[in-house]
Amino acid sequence: MADEMPLDRREAVARLLRERGNLLVVTGLGSATYDVAAAGDDPRNFYLWGAMGGTAALALGLAQAQPDRPVLAITGDGDMLMGIGALATIGAARPKNLSVVVLDNERYGETGAQLTATAHGVDLSGIARASGLDAMDDIRDMNAVGTLAGRLQRMEGPLYATIKIDRREYPKVLPARDGAWLRSRFREAVLGTAP
Amino acid sequence: MSVSEPAWPDQLFEVLLANDIRQVAYVPDAGHSRIIARANEHPGIKTTVLTTEEEGVALLAGAWLGGDRGVLLMQSSGVGNCINMFTLIENCRMPLVCLVTMRGEWGEFNPWQEPMGRATPDVLTRMNLQVHRADRPEDAAPMLDAAIAQSFDGFSASAVLLSQRLIGRKAFVAGG
Repeated sequence: MADEMPLDRREAVARLLRERGNLLVVTGLGSATYDVAAAGDDPRNFYLWGAMGGTAALALGLAQAQPDRPVLAITGDGDMLMGIGALATIGAARPKNLSVVVLDNERYGETGAQLTATAHGVDLSGIARASGLDAMDDIRDMNAVGTLAGRLQRMEGPLYATIKIDRREYPKVLPARDGAWLRSRFREAVLGTAP
Repeated sequence: MSVSEPAWPDQLFEVLLANDIRQVAYVPDAGHSRIIARANEHPGIKTTVLTTEEEGVALLAGAWLGGDRGVLLMQSSGVGNCINMFTLIENCRMPLVCLVTMRGEWGEFNPWQEPMGRATPDVLTRMNLQVHRADRPEDAAPMLDAAIAQSFDGFSASAVLLSQRLIGRKAFVAGG
C-alpha cells in the first residue's frame, strides 16, 4: 500500500502544527503523543497516554464544547481502528471545527510493529468519507501536509486525513504523564480558569 | 404506553437543566427515551448518539476539557463496554456522570441481559465510580442531582442506576 515514499512522521507533524493559531490538539497514545510533544509542548495539547480508541471521540466532545475554535485529533492507525465507530459518531454529529488526522504506518508501533488492518488494505479515508466526513486523499508528500495544515484552520469540516508515514522508529519524546496536571493545564489555557 | 406517563423522566431532565448540563451522549434504552427526546428538542443541549458507550466516556472528557458539563446515558449492558475508558477519567481526575437503566433484573424478557445486569454495580465500583441506585421513582431525580453535584464539584465519577422495576416492564414493550 504505502510504497510511494511515505512521509517522515516527525516532519509531517511539525509542519502541521507550525502555524497552529488557536488550534486545540488531542493526541492518541503512543507515537502520536510523542510526535506532537517533539513538535513543541503547548498547554493547548492534551496528550493521551491510554484510553486507546478514544482520541477522536474525546476531540468530538471538545469540538462541541468549543465550536468557535478549530480542534484536531491526531492519532495512529491502531487507535483509530479501535475506535472506528467514532467516525460514524462524528459523521452524524457534523462538527465543522473538528479534524481527525491519522498517522498511518500500518503497524502497532508500541508493541513490536505488528500489522494493522490498514496493512491488509483497509481504507480509513474511505470509511471516513462514507461516514460523512470530508476526507482528503491519502497524504504522501509535504505539499499536501501544508494544504492540510491550512484546512485545519478553516472550520469547514468535519475533516479527515490519513498521512502515510514511514516505519522508522524515533526516540520517544515524552510529555508529562500526569493526566490531572495535563487536564488542569489545558483547561486553564482554553477556559482561563483553574483547575 | 399506558394512559399515565411516569413523572420521573421529566424530573431527571429538569435536573440536567438545573445543573447546566450542555452535552448528553447516549446509546439509547427505552427507559431513556423521554430524556433523549427532550434533550434533542432543547436548544441549549447538544446530543450525541454514540456507536458504543465507551465513546461517551471519552466524549464527555473532551466536553469537560472545553468547559461543557455532560451526562452519559446507557443501559447496564453498556457498562461493560466502558471499562478501560473509565481509566481516562480516573487518571485525569475528571468528573463523569452516567445514568444507567438496568436490564436483566426485574421482569426481563431477555436472559442474555442478565449477566451484565448482575455485574454492573460491581464493575462500576471496581472502576472507582460512586454508585447510586434508585429503586423508587421519587429517588431518581434527587440521586441524579446529588451525583452531578458531587462529581463536578469533586472531579470524580459516579453512576445512577435506574432499577428495572422503577422503569417498569411496559416501557420495554412500548419503546421496542
